[in-house]
Amino acid sequence: MATNSKPKNLQEWMEVNIWALVLGIAIAVSVGGIVEIVPLFTIDKTMEHKSTAPEILWQRQAGQTLEDWKSGDGIRPYTALELAGRDIYIREGCYLCHSQMIRPFRDEKERYGHYSLASESMYDHPFQWGSKRTGPDLARVGGKYSDDWQRKHLRAPRSLVPESVMPNYPWLQHAKVDGAKIQKHMKGMQTLGVPYTDADIEAGAAAVEGKTEEDAMVAYLQVLGTMAVLDDNKVYRE
Amino acid sequence: MDARAEQKYNLSVVRWFAVMAIVYLVVGASVGVYIASELAWPVLNFDIPQLTFGRLRPLHTNAVIFAFGGCTLMATAFYSVQRTCGVRLWSDKLAWFVFWGWNAIIVSAVITLPLGLTQGKEYAELEWPIDIAIAVVWLAYTFNFIMTIFNRKSSHIYVSNWFFLSMMVMITYLHVVNSLSIPVGLFKSYSIFSGVQDAMIQWWWGHNAVGFYLTAGFLGIMYYFVPKQANRPVYSYRLSVIHFWALTFGYVWLGAHHLQYTALPDWTGSLGAAVSLAMIIPSWGGAINGMMTLSGAWDKLRTDYTLRFLIMSLAFYAMSTFEGPVMSIKTVNALSHYTDWTIGHVHSGALGWVAMVGAGALYHLITRCFHTEMYSTKLVNVHFWFFTIGTVIYIVAMWVSGIMQGLMWRAYDEYGTLVYTFAESVEAMHPYYAMRAVGGAVFLTGAVIMLYNVLMTVKKSAAEGSVRQAQTAAVGA
Repeated sequence: MATNSKPKNLQEWMEVNIWALVLGIAIAVSVGGIVEIVPLFTIDKTMEHKSTAPEILWQRQAGQTLEDWKSGDGIRPYTALELAGRDIYIREGCYLCHSQMIRPFRDEKERYGHYSLASESMYDHPFQWGSKRTGPDLARVGGKYSDDWQRKHLRAPRSLVPESVMPNYPWLQHAKVDGAKIQKHMKGMQTLGVPYTDADIEAGAAAVEGKTEEDAMVAYLQVLGTMAVLDDNKVYRE
Repeated sequence: MDARAEQKYNLSVVRWFAVMAIVYLVVGASVGVYIASELAWPVLNFDIPQLTFGRLRPLHTNAVIFAFGGCTLMATAFYSVQRTCGVRLWSDKLAWFVFWGWNAIIVSAVITLPLGLTQGKEYAELEWPIDIAIAVVWLAYTFNFIMTIFNRKSSHIYVSNWFFLSMMVMITYLHVVNSLSIPVGLFKSYSIFSGVQDAMIQWWWGHNAVGFYLTAGFLGIMYYFVPKQANRPVYSYRLSVIHFWALTFGYVWLGAHHLQYTALPDWTGSLGAAVSLAMIIPSWGGAINGMMTLSGAWDKLRTDYTLRFLIMSLAFYAMSTFEGPVMSIKTVNALSHYTDWTIGHVHSGALGWVAMVGAGALYHLITRCFHTEMYSTKLVNVHFWFFTIGTVIYIVAMWVSGIMQGLMWRAYDEYGTLVYTFAESVEAMHPYYAMRAVGGAVFLTGAVIMLYNVLMTVKKSAAEGSVRQAQTAAVGA
């Protein structure tokens, strides 16, 4: 560093002092992220169940198991089988072609249903909103088709939808879900704050006993969007 | 032959990174052409899990961004930091550690992604043990770069180094935060964030992988290699200062525009969109700065094929940095989001800007590091046209298919019912998906020509003994 004259201004100081430049950059790149991300954790309005609609959360009574939940009772953690299905959904990269985020437009409402709420994916580690619709949105696909349709469609999509470009997934019907593994996954979710009870995790292995990956996928697809019943006339967010 | 540079600097690690970058360009683009073909002809999935679109698509993105892009950034940063600072790399050992470490990470990605081992976050799919390795190698790269600048002989730090440095700092930050997860198995983990917060953090990462890795880093390349190849100083110092700080401060905010009209609060998406619009100014400032560096030397474009790559890349850079802000406008985004338009936009940047400027810089650097002329300059020109034409075919196909999808999804007839089923929109995409695969194949051909030309140049250099001569020639003090 052969400079003898003093730097004239901040810019020049950073051009002659590498540590000043590193620090200047670190500060400049931090602002945007902090302003946009931190409030999402602190402002209650971000989550509908904390602001406009506490009723969309399942109010679980002491002693109730996940099996006691009825469709529409409210948002709850995935059952062991559904979680196994979600793991497969991520493994196969389904999120690369299917979104799970309905926007508040007339055509999307008619095609897919009520617009998605933030609280509906609060137990999704990681989120599965997706970014591309090579195939249709799946946020509310649950109950739209029969289990049988879903199985046939997973094995050979073009047998039901000739225009489809989705790969066949024939191997799912032969692979078994591992109970011990799914218990570990539930435990991980519990550590992250998903409200599984120890009894839920205990029962997890038995719940997937003898089930195939296809069973798990179908269970996952069939629960999507069916947890909470949303009111068409209610304003959940501005 | 530049014996002085060969002996003073570590050009050996640069040579290896440069050649591997081109190998990975061919690999990454091949996977891209394959998965593009799967969307046009789904029979190509062959019912083999490891070959399905969902598993190969992350391999494609990781290969082109981190394998090709990463090796290009490492070759060019290590080369230009030595030349602009007038000193050898701070540590040769650390540089080789970065080379072998980065390549080991790439190999592990090639194995794990087709097996379906993924964190399920776009462009951050690699599982936690590999994520830790990335952080270690990346920090070694960054530290070696910073310490080389610290040891410099020049008084001021040259502008290309600012851009490389801002990439290194931001990518460290992004990679660590976005990859925070809890392991539930050797190759399985869950993001510690969920839902809306996870979405925002993912796109803060996702857009800044583009903004810093593929833009700031490659602008570092532009600011060194364009003036060098044109043999002209950068057009405006003042413009480069504005370009740098506006980009470094501003790009970080853009991620939220990926989540317009979703369950992300409106204020966040609107803020992201507003800053996105403002980003046209620094981006075009930078593109103008690069192009005007040629003022008074435009005739060189007729004879200098390497310079053609560099200047064409700036034209694509200007185009995609105009298109991006337009797509972040809410009304446009309502149509473009979830469609192929986004894919087209990404590729006008990735093929037109990143690969084009990378190829130009690599041609420049290979002749300097192997101390010989290219095996065939004619093939460089052929490569240029394959890249340009392939890119144009690709992005035109995606513009048409993307806008068509958006319009078909929202089309109503006179009775107020939806005109098309989703499946009909999929069917309508077929010709464009085929056209995209063709565009990609043309581009890939260009990459293969480059690899052939470079390997023949390496062979020629070995036959001439040019590197050895440079290493052993006596140089005056």
